[in-house]
Order: sequence, then C-alpha cells, then structure tokens
Amino acid sequence: MSNTRAAIRVPRVETQVSARGPRVPRLPRFIAWAYLAPVVIYLIAFYAYPLYRNLDLSLRDYTVRSFVSGDAPFIGLDNFREVFADPTFWPAVIHTAIFVVVSIAFQYAIGLALAVFFNNNFRLSSTLRALFLVPWLLPMIVSASTWSWMLNSDSGVVNTALNAFGLPDINWLTSPTWSLVAVILANIWIGIPFNLVILYSGLQNIPDNLFEAASLDGASSWQTFRHITLPLLRPVSAITLLLGFVYTLKVFDIIWIMTRGGPGNSSTTLSTWSYELGFGSLLPHFGPGAAVGNLLIIVAMLCGLLYIKFQSSEASR
Amino acid sequence: MTHSRLRPIGLALAGLALAGTVAGCSNGSDSGGSGGSSSKQFQFWDPYPQFDNSSDWVKLVKSCGDDAGVKIKRTGYDTSDLTSKALLAGQQGASPDVIVIDNPVISTLADAGVLASADDLKLDTTPFAKNIAAAGILDDKAYGVPIGANTLALYYNEDLLKKAGVDPTSIKDWDSLNAALAKIKDEGSKGITFSGIGTEEGSFQFLPWFWGSGANLKDLASADAVSAVKLWDDWLAKGYAPNSVINNTQTTAWQEFETGKFGFVENGTWQMGNAEKLGFKYGIISIPAKDGGAAPVPTGGEFVAAPVQKDTARYAKTTKIIDCLTSPDNLLKTDATLSYIAPLESAQQEQASKDPKLAPWVTAVGDAKGRTSDNLGTNYPIISEQMWDAFQKAMSGSDSPQAAMETAQKAAASKVK
Repeated sequence: MSNTRAAIRVPRVETQVSARGPRVPRLPRFIAWAYLAPVVIYLIAFYAYPLYRNLDLSLRDYTVRSFVSGDAPFIGLDNFREVFADPTFWPAVIHTAIFVVVSIAFQYAIGLALAVFFNNNFRLSSTLRALFLVPWLLPMIVSASTWSWMLNSDSGVVNTALNAFGLPDINWLTSPTWSLVAVILANIWIGIPFNLVILYSGLQNIPDNLFEAASLDGASSWQTFRHITLPLLRPVSAITLLLGFVYTLKVFDIIWIMTRGGPGNSSTTLSTWSYELGFGSLLPHFGPGAAVGNLLIIVAMLCGLLYIKFQSSEASR
Repeated sequence: MTHSRLRPIGLALAGLALAGTVAGCSNGSDSGGSGGSSSKQFQFWDPYPQFDNSSDWVKLVKSCGDDAGVKIKRTGYDTSDLTSKALLAGQQGASPDVIVIDNPVISTLADAGVLASADDLKLDTTPFAKNIAAAGILDDKAYGVPIGANTLALYYNEDLLKKAGVDPTSIKDWDSLNAALAKIKDEGSKGITFSGIGTEEGSFQFLPWFWGSGANLKDLASADAVSAVKLWDDWLAKGYAPNSVINNTQTTAWQEFETGKFGFVENGTWQMGNAEKLGFKYGIISIPAKDGGAAPVPTGGEFVAAPVQKDTARYAKTTKIIDCLTSPDNLLKTDATLSYIAPLESAQQEQASKDPKLAPWVTAVGDAKGRTSDNLGTNYPIISEQMWDAFQKAMSGSDSPQAAMETAQKAAASKVK
C-alpha cells in the first residue's frame, strides 16, 4: 500500500524546488525493482549462480559418489594445490601463454595490415573484405576438421605441397614439436577477420582531412601510418587486443578437435586441460577441472582490469 | 510522460517477469520430476541416437514396456554424453528407470551409488557369459546385464596380402606379424593402421597388445608392458604404420583401410556391415599374443542397468522390462541390428551357425575380458588415462617407451585407491 501512496506523492515533491539531491522523477520502489527484475534474474541465473557453482566445485573434494549424493567435503584450496603440483600444470601454462601471445600478435598485425589495405577503397574491395570474413562465419567444427585434414601427416594437402618443393613431411598434428604450431596456425587464421573488422571500422572513424594535411606536409606513407593511423587507433586497438586475449585464452574447440591437447600434452592449454580433467576420461575429476577453470577466469579478469585502467588513463589524457 | 501512465506499464512488466519466473519454475520441476514421475510412465535412456521411433530397437523397447504394463518414454543420447547425463540425473533425483550404457562406465556409476544392484532388482545374471558379465560386477555385486558384446580383431586386405606374398594363417605371434608387415612395406604399401588416439578409444585398441604381452594393468612399467608400447612405437619408426595413428579414431583408421593401401586394420565387430562394402576381398584374424595364440581382447558393448529409484516398488516392472530385452530371442534380434555378439552362449552358437562370418567374432568374444574386471573397477579409468598418455608420448617421440611407461606407472600408483 505504501507504494500507491508514494506514487501519488511523487509528482508533488517533484514540482517543489528541492535542495536534496538531483531532480530525477522518483518511481515507487516496487516498480523500480520490477524494471530491474528481468536483468537481475537473468544475471543471477546465468552468471552469478554458475560462477558460484564453479567456485564451490573447485573447493570441495568431489568424487562421482559425493557428486551424486551432494555431500562432498570442503577441502579449501587442496584442488588448487593438486593442480599446481601436477606435472601437466607448467607445460599447460607455458603452452597457453605461447598460444595466446603468438596468436594475438599475428592476428593483430595481419588484421591491421589488411584493414589499412582495404581502407583505400578500390574496385571489389568490399567483396574481397566480405570473403575475408569466411573463417569467422564457419562453424568451428568445420574449420577445425578441415585444418586437421589439411595437416594430416600422410594424406594432407600441406605435406603434399611441401613435398612438391622438395621439403620433407612434417607431422603437424602428431609430433610434440609441431602440434602447438599447428593449432596456433589454425587459430591465427580464424582470428584475422575479427581483428580486420574492428580495426577497419576504427580506421573509418579517422577523419580524412588528417591524412590530407599529412600528405600536404609531405609525410611518407610510413610516417602517416606511424604518426596518424596508429595513435588514433589506440582505443580501438586496446579493445581489439583485450577481446582477442579473452577469446584466445578460452579457445578450446579448435585444439580439442585437431589434437586433443596431444600428443602427450604437447598442445595442452589450460582450457583443454580443464575439460580433460572434468570430462576427458571415464572417471570425471570435477574438482581439479573447476579449479583450472577458475584460474582462467582470474587471468581474464585481471586483463579486464588492466583494460579499464588503460581506458581511464586514456580518458584523462 | 506522467506517472499515471507509467504505472500500469511497470506493473504489467513486473507481472510478466513474475509470470516468467513462475512458468520457468514449473517447467523446471516438470522436467526435473519426469525421471520417475508417474507410475505408468517409465523413462528409458540408451546410447543409440541413430535409431528413431520407426526402428526395430525402439519398437522392441516399447513392446517390452507394454508387456510389463507401462508406457516407455525412450531417449537416445550420444554415448560420450551419457555418463555425465546419468551422473547429473542421479544428483537431481531424476534418474531414468532403465539405462543402456557402455560397459566400463557401469563400475563408475555403481560406485557413485546411481545404480540398483541385481539383488535389489531380483535380476538373474547367471545365464550370461561370465567374461562379458564381469564388467558389471563391483565388489562382488552385479549391476546390470550385458545386452551385446563386441571386440577387436585384425581385418586384412586379402588382395594386398597376396601381392606381398603374405599368408595370413602364418601369423601366430608378434614376430610373424612383424615379418608380414615388413613384406607389405617392401611391396610399397602400409602394413597396418589402428587408433592410437589419446582417449579411452586408444586404450581400448592398445589393450590386446598390452594383455597379449602378458602384462597386467596393475603394473604399467613391467618389461612386458613396455614391450607392448615398443611394438607400436617400432611400427611407426619402421614405417609399418602411418604416423596418423596417433590421432586416428577407430573410424578414421577404418577409412584408411578402405582406401586399399593398408594390409591390416585393428577394428571391431561393428564394422562387419561396412566390411561387405569394401572394394577388395577381406578376411579376419584374431590379434596374436606376443608368444603365440590369440591375445585377450577387451569387451566392448553395452549393459542394461537400472538406476536407483526412490519408489522401489517400480523395480518389479523394471526387472520385467530388462528380462524382456535380454531374452534370447530379443537379444538375437537386437544384436543383429547392432552388429554385436550375443552375451548368451546358446545365442552365440545360433549366431555362428546362421552366419559363418560371425564365427571368428564369437571366438574372439569368448576370449575377451572386461576392462574393469580383475576387480579394477573405478581404478581402471585412472590407469587407462595414464596408459594412453604413455603410448602417445612414445609414438610421438617425446619419450622412450620405457620412460613413458615408468612415468605412467608412478602417476597411476599415486592416484588409484
């Protein structure tokens, strides 16, 4: 009932000049919550609860038996300790770091080069640009399977091509030295369109008169790129790199389809390892699997914080 | 905009949101409770999504339900999904009444307390072939009965072997097999292909060689165990087998064999139908043990089991359904559609006499052994994982067979209970 009364009172309060706070028309509490409800319910059901469950899984000693009966004992950080002590841990961390850094460096560099290239409109440039989006549009299972056929040791087209140039076969997917390279190659190919699209739209927002002024001043094309394009692309580059980082960190399907993290664990990253622990064998290890998943979330979150810091320093410039 | 106009909209929205949540909840409880909802409807899960309602399998399932006086709601899941689905359903108290599931999973589910034992169900497990039914036994209690069995053998390309001058009947042990592979390689083809992938599938394919060497799963670092890894490793090093075996599934291995460029393929009973469509003559030999004779092969195939229900009065009907599905006549029908060997000795003989092509498979299934038997139970998955890691490392050259198996044994020993 208090709601109804509040609703009636509000307009009157509003017409008076109030010294207390901003003059935003105040809605009754109930209605305000009703507006919020869909978002709040959505956030709780699809973000907060799964995160809580994952944290809970990683702090308890789950066996298949206690998973079903729901009485897994709380063991604090033991799952994390187990994960850190596992011989797979450091290789997985190093592979993840290499995978992310190398993938992003190439995706960004190639994406930027292509964006600059397509920024000079020429005939068919939009058609070509659309064609570059194909890797992005294909379902991951299709591109990953295609890559693994192409890189097959015995019947793959890549080795056939190498042979044609007199080079020896490479066991792309089955040798511990090459498997990580193979999945990085495929991942770079998949990530280029994303970088291209965002950087291209960033380039479109740079006013043409800056380039005109630069050319009047006699700047070379490298100088134009170095002193106009790159600095003005900074904010767009930052968001591209951040999103790229988060996407690449959690890449799972392409590695799983091409090598399953193998042979041995030569292409295991934290995300494939997390899946392998949780679902890879007949006997699931939910606790350690969730612990690895949480580590990934923490790393991604740190990177997000770094981005926010970058953004605020950019804004204060 | 005035508040008098805003209010109804706000209320309507709130109402919608509420209705949404209520509907969401009621939906949730509907599907949550469907596991054992009505006493007339029984839930039935199987790993055969390839069969739809018009298939003989589903018709059989439904008619067995009708005979027991209940209506069966059957759902087919992908086999790799079914374990986690069954565990989740157990956690939520929404287990199906009957589940058909891959045999090495039975001990895991039984250990989790998801399955009712044969004693609880008053289910008779004695007629079934001992070596096949063994996979369903955990701590002397049986959980479920086999519905069909399959196993591994070597298919060979008869035309290619003839060209290379190899007589398949001469292959009695590892030495004679290696000699045959060498001859095929000299002729210009690949000797053998198999699946050495880093999953349970790879372990399944490795076990005949592992057991055939005389090794035991309790000691992965024994000299015999290492010799089995070395056998696979040497095939790659000498070019008898393609490098792709490290990533091959059993299906991709079969596809390689279909090209006609391979002498042998290690594959299962389930390829019998496809074998008839090959563009060349083929034959089957059993996988040789190191020192001669047939190697013990792992049993594949599914079990019918009954998850625990709150209402134990349902078990009587569940047992009736399982008995109906595993009656000799119905087993013969089912195993014919699945390309399996029946788990009853009488039915096996009938299968072999009807179709002589099945005879070698009946022998192979007779020599087969469950992966979780030897009372390994839920320790098997732990050991298997270390084992596939080891042969992957050896074949890819990142470790020697000896070192890889020693690491595997150490890791397995620290994890088994």
